[in-house]
Amino acid sequence: MRLRRLKAIAVKEVLQILRDPRSLMIALLMPFMQMILLGYGISLDVKHLPVCVFDREASQNSQALLKRFQASDYFTIVANYQSYRAVTAGLDAGTCRLALVIPPDFTERLSDVGTSSVQALVDATDDNTANIAMGYAEAVVSGFSSDIRLETAAASGSATQTIQPVAVQSRVWFNEDLTSRNFIIPGVVALVMALVGAQLTSLTIAREWERGTMELLVSTPVTPTELMLGKLLPYFGIGLLDAVFCLAFAVFWFEVPFRGTLVTLFLTTSLFLVVVLGIGYLISTAIRSQVGAAQIGLLVTLLPTTLLSGYAFPIDQMPPAVQAVTYLVFARYYVTSLKAVFLKGSGVLDLMEPILAMIVYAGVVAVLAARAFRKRLD
Amino acid sequence: MTAPVDDPIVAESLVKRFGRFTAVDHLSFRIGRGEIVGFLGPNGAGKSTTIRMLCGLLRPTEGRALVAGIDVARNPERVRERIGYMSQKFSLYTDLTVAENLRFFGGIYRVPRTALPERMRFAVEMAGLTGREDTLVSTLAGGWKQRLALGCAILHQPPILFLDEPTSGVDPESRRRFWDLIHTLSAEGITVLVSTHYMEEAEYCNRVALIDRGRLIEMASPSALKQHKLGGDLLVLECDAIGGAMAILHGVTGVRDVAAFGNSIHVLVESAAPALRLLPQYLADHGVTVTRIAPIEPTIEDIFVQMVGSEARAGEAAA
Repeated sequence: MRLRRLKAIAVKEVLQILRDPRSLMIALLMPFMQMILLGYGISLDVKHLPVCVFDREASQNSQALLKRFQASDYFTIVANYQSYRAVTAGLDAGTCRLALVIPPDFTERLSDVGTSSVQALVDATDDNTANIAMGYAEAVVSGFSSDIRLETAAASGSATQTIQPVAVQSRVWFNEDLTSRNFIIPGVVALVMALVGAQLTSLTIAREWERGTMELLVSTPVTPTELMLGKLLPYFGIGLLDAVFCLAFAVFWFEVPFRGTLVTLFLTTSLFLVVVLGIGYLISTAIRSQVGAAQIGLLVTLLPTTLLSGYAFPIDQMPPAVQAVTYLVFARYYVTSLKAVFLKGSGVLDLMEPILAMIVYAGVVAVLAARAFRKRLD
Repeated sequence: MTAPVDDPIVAESLVKRFGRFTAVDHLSFRIGRGEIVGFLGPNGAGKSTTIRMLCGLLRPTEGRALVAGIDVARNPERVRERIGYMSQKFSLYTDLTVAENLRFFGGIYRVPRTALPERMRFAVEMAGLTGREDTLVSTLAGGWKQRLALGCAILHQPPILFLDEPTSGVDPESRRRFWDLIHTLSAEGITVLVSTHYMEEAEYCNRVALIDRGRLIEMASPSALKQHKLGGDLLVLECDAIGGAMAILHGVTGVRDVAAFGNSIHVLVESAAPALRLLPQYLADHGVTVTRIAPIEPTIEDIFVQMVGSEARAGEAAA
């Protein structure tokens, strides 16, 4: 390998990128747009869920319970119905996702038996949201009931009864606000990097074939390794620039807490870039048209990264067979690393597993890419 | 078969098949140092395929190619350092400037840094692009592009040059200038193999290889070809009905071959004197008026047409 030739290729590539509006768009504009779109577009949080109410008692107690729902950030009462049929219709029409039915004997049973129940109907078309909504609803109701217990106990004068024997004091770590954005944005960064990286390099070899310059390049003494490194080096620079931009966007715009060190971030990001750029290059050597290469590049990066990297859909909730497949999805390692670096402040040693996986991946891709390019026309 | 290593280009029974199509069919030749050899033949004759095999861009199906004494198939990289190549399709980077292209190839061929400015100046001068070093190549006209491509190919001073139809699509004045450059290079001892489908360019070569359908038909100097290969005298004939005249002449005794050349006919006859006397009258009897008939010096195109027969004729009539 000769540094002189490598440098000649890299310089040429930089000049071409600077003069090609399409490359510049992909390199600079695409990450920005994707960060905005994906950053805002995807949220797993349940906020202001529309609720409709059928209050069959309409008492002070029932209204107090409903006020608690209204006061919570998670629910907004949008309708008051007077019949079950109306409640069903409201759920069917999508006017509300949760329906609360308070029985006519709500207060009566509370004072007689000491316990009463409220019916909650949930639209579980989206099971994730439904689960979360049920959880929040239960929390609101249990808050309400413990207050009632306190009141009745105070009224009867037996203060001792109010002490619960065992209470769970849960404390959330790493993502204290429990906002899904904090969990998703680091994944979005990985997704954007995968897309942009593969798009950039999937065109470089195909472009030479299409313009006829490859024939001349093949006739020179340049080696496949020199060609690969010379071509990937400038894109590595651009990739790092994009990474800095995306990560800064995550921290300063979306206000995702960043607890790790820049060293860990740089190391994992660099490794991921090598893998992504290498895969783009590999595609480029196999497919000699720019359009074809761009499409395959999209397919190889977008699908597995969105579905199987765990950036939004947790891997440990997937069926075992699918989980096994995710080990092949290179983005999973970066997603894991980024989330840990951002939210947990994990260091290089904590992330040994994904880092080693990426090193192996990068090595395999680099060897394949260097070998895939045959210096011949047939 | 051991070849003396001093011949820079040696082809030993080269064959290239693409599927069932044989593009190059047992081609053998040797080219000596400082020679300019022209590959002549219609499009699709196998000229480019042969050149690409010699440059190591295509692997021969059979046979062997030795360039600078090195087996191309075994050691393509060592060959590539010693050759300059211009492909059929213009293949410099059009989104780079003249100087950027030269600097790129200077780096790829590892031209010593101290020598590079001088070499670049020479190449720019040769291409007639002095003062336009910072022009984007995409804005250059055809002739300049071709000369710049040659400049890039010789930047590392290779002893052997492969030029694949370097002058196609370039205006006649630029083509003439281009050949002047090739002669200058050859005078310095550079061996040049150049392919063309412009028959008249054969005259600029030391030797010509006539290629048709993958086979080498003849390889000799232009003058030797003209003297020995025609087997008769050549006449040019102008008349009022070319198509009709050709049909009539085909059956006449003493007429060996008839070919259309623009708005005249070239007639190959056994002997010039009786033909000059008899043909105008014969054609007049068949209703064709001859406006001019005269003996002419045969061109390479005449030879080629004569040798490959009527099939190639249709394709070459335009050239």
